[in-house]
Amino acid sequence: MSPSISIKAVNITKRYGDKTALDDISFEVNRGELFGFIGPDGAGKTSLFRLITSLLIPDGGTLTVDGLDTVKDYTKLRKILGYMPGRFSLYQDLTVEENLRFFAGIFKTTLEANYDLVKDIYSHIEPFKTRKAGKLSGGMKQKLALSCALIHKPEILVLDEPTTGVDAVSRIEFWEMLNKLRQSGITIIVSTPYMDEASRCDRVALIQGGKIMSIDTPEAIRNNFGRDLWALKADDIYRLLVDLRRFESTWTAFPFGEHIHLSLSDKSIKPAEIALYLEALGHSNVHISKIEPSIEDCFMEMMSVGSGTGEE
Amino acid sequence: MRSFIIKEFYHIFRDIRSMVVLFGMPVIQVLLFGFALSTEIKNAPVAIIDQSNDQVTRAITSKLLSSGFFILSDQVPGEGHIDEVFRRGKVKEVIIFESDFSKKLEKDHRAGIQLIADASDPNTANLLVSYTSAIILDYQQEYLKGMSLPLTVKTESQMMYNPALKSVFMFVPGVITILLMLITAMMTSISIAREKELGTMEILLVSPMRPIQIIAGKVLPYVLLAFSNAVIILLLSYFVLGMPVKGSLFLLLAESLLFIIMALSLGIFISTVSKSQQMAMMLSMFALMLPTILLSGFIFPIENMPLPLQVISNLMPPRWFIIIVKSIMIKGLGFQYIWKETLIIAGMALFFIALSIKKFKIRLE
Repeated sequence: MSPSISIKAVNITKRYGDKTALDDISFEVNRGELFGFIGPDGAGKTSLFRLITSLLIPDGGTLTVDGLDTVKDYTKLRKILGYMPGRFSLYQDLTVEENLRFFAGIFKTTLEANYDLVKDIYSHIEPFKTRKAGKLSGGMKQKLALSCALIHKPEILVLDEPTTGVDAVSRIEFWEMLNKLRQSGITIIVSTPYMDEASRCDRVALIQGGKIMSIDTPEAIRNNFGRDLWALKADDIYRLLVDLRRFESTWTAFPFGEHIHLSLSDKSIKPAEIALYLEALGHSNVHISKIEPSIEDCFMEMMSVGSGTGEE
Repeated sequence: MRSFIIKEFYHIFRDIRSMVVLFGMPVIQVLLFGFALSTEIKNAPVAIIDQSNDQVTRAITSKLLSSGFFILSDQVPGEGHIDEVFRRGKVKEVIIFESDFSKKLEKDHRAGIQLIADASDPNTANLLVSYTSAIILDYQQEYLKGMSLPLTVKTESQMMYNPALKSVFMFVPGVITILLMLITAMMTSISIAREKELGTMEILLVSPMRPIQIIAGKVLPYVLLAFSNAVIILLLSYFVLGMPVKGSLFLLLAESLLFIIMALSLGIFISTVSKSQQMAMMLSMFALMLPTILLSGFIFPIENMPLPLQVISNLMPPRWFIIIVKSIMIKGLGFQYIWKETLIIAGMALFFIALSIKKFKIRLE
């Protein structure tokens, strides 16, 4: 076991009845890394995090965290974990401060002893420390939950969809906090359905249907896209999508907001040819521009290729 | 542990519903059972049709009315109207003296009184008739004083431990038992189920706390609260309802504590098998309340039950606790008379504690 590896998963499988939630996945998370699991709802993120936190037992494969097996050594493991479940899971009828003191207490420490650790985060909500946790806004709840998960100085922080249901400003703040935490040497794994948050991580795993499609740094994933990507716009966006998907050289075409992102199987085709094809079909106000692929583009492409091969 | 217990108290004191269940219900129940649901006769409305209206009938009438059991209701014009009076529900019993009552008594040594009771409530009717008969008999004995009868057999009955046949004596032990059972078992099972439902159990599990610590942290606050509840109920029944504590108070409290611990471990067991607060509540209501009331001997005597039910009633913890409470409070018995029942409850407590620790899940599935 290399000392630089924090979490090591080998051929992990998890089934619920005859439904497979995680299908033979393997990955490694380095110590001190901010590692993201990115994927849509139902991809298996929560199952995976529950396996890592020893709340579930894998049906196959082994999973170790800092050398501790999640099945055999769960008592030791639970001492070094900080866990924030996907659902807001603090006591709503307790105040901010009472929650924090409670979680300090069950880990046999005190708020005062570890105040430095949570200071940056807790200072945001300290003015509201006498408010009941149930009455906090979404962003403040997440900060409190993070403070509670951190109060016992865990070595690994496991955050299941911490930014789901949180406003945009709070999301940015939250990621800045994670960045600061990472600098203090703590290993952080975080899951999110928001593709745009991927670039905040050191490395990301794209997960879909219980399988990991790719693990790499966000830059490498984007660079591996391997095709030119075009953003198209026209008056009738729906018909545009349908017609683009009929275009013989189209590799993928997905709607992204008010644009359609298009990649082509044939590199030699120029945008003017696409415009010509579309105008021949009666589209007006067609705009075509070349763009850099985002993580979401990569994700969508991998998904469609994955399902494409499945059909063949 | 300490912070866990503090947290648990916050939960209880901040939830109005739990506070009402914890402290409002015992008071209301005890007072309800003590006063409203009494089976004693007090001021029952009766009508008297006195067809002779002489010295003897007036003496009997005044003796009846001064007993405190009866009050004179409307005059009934005549025997033909009795049915109508009963139907209006204003009168529970009608007493009819035959005409020339005292004359017949002197001449024939025999005179008739007819008692007609409204038996749509059979218990009350029975009691009314026997009370009335007893009072008339009493008068007869006074009347015959000095005279000697040729031959009489006299029965003398004595009601031991509860000479006045107060129903409080029967209800209080039952009410204490039911309340302690319901409050403790239901409240703990709900509070653990709530942690599961809100997802906080997930965090508690991913902490160094061991199952026994989580359980103990849940149980201790409720032991304290239920015990103070038992004290409140005892104080109420002693001062308000006049229920005596003839035996050792210390023994009574110690036995209550044991019973509370038993009920709590049952509550924990319920919570380990229920996934939501709703389910925990239903389980404690139907699995505990009804058998407790029906099969513990609180309302229906166990001796009168069919054999299968008698066997089942042995499994009802309240059955044994009611015996203990009655023995200590009413009969004033010491520990040597109730060690068997104590042992049974202690055994049940151990059984449920062991079962809950075993069933308590250290993971989510």
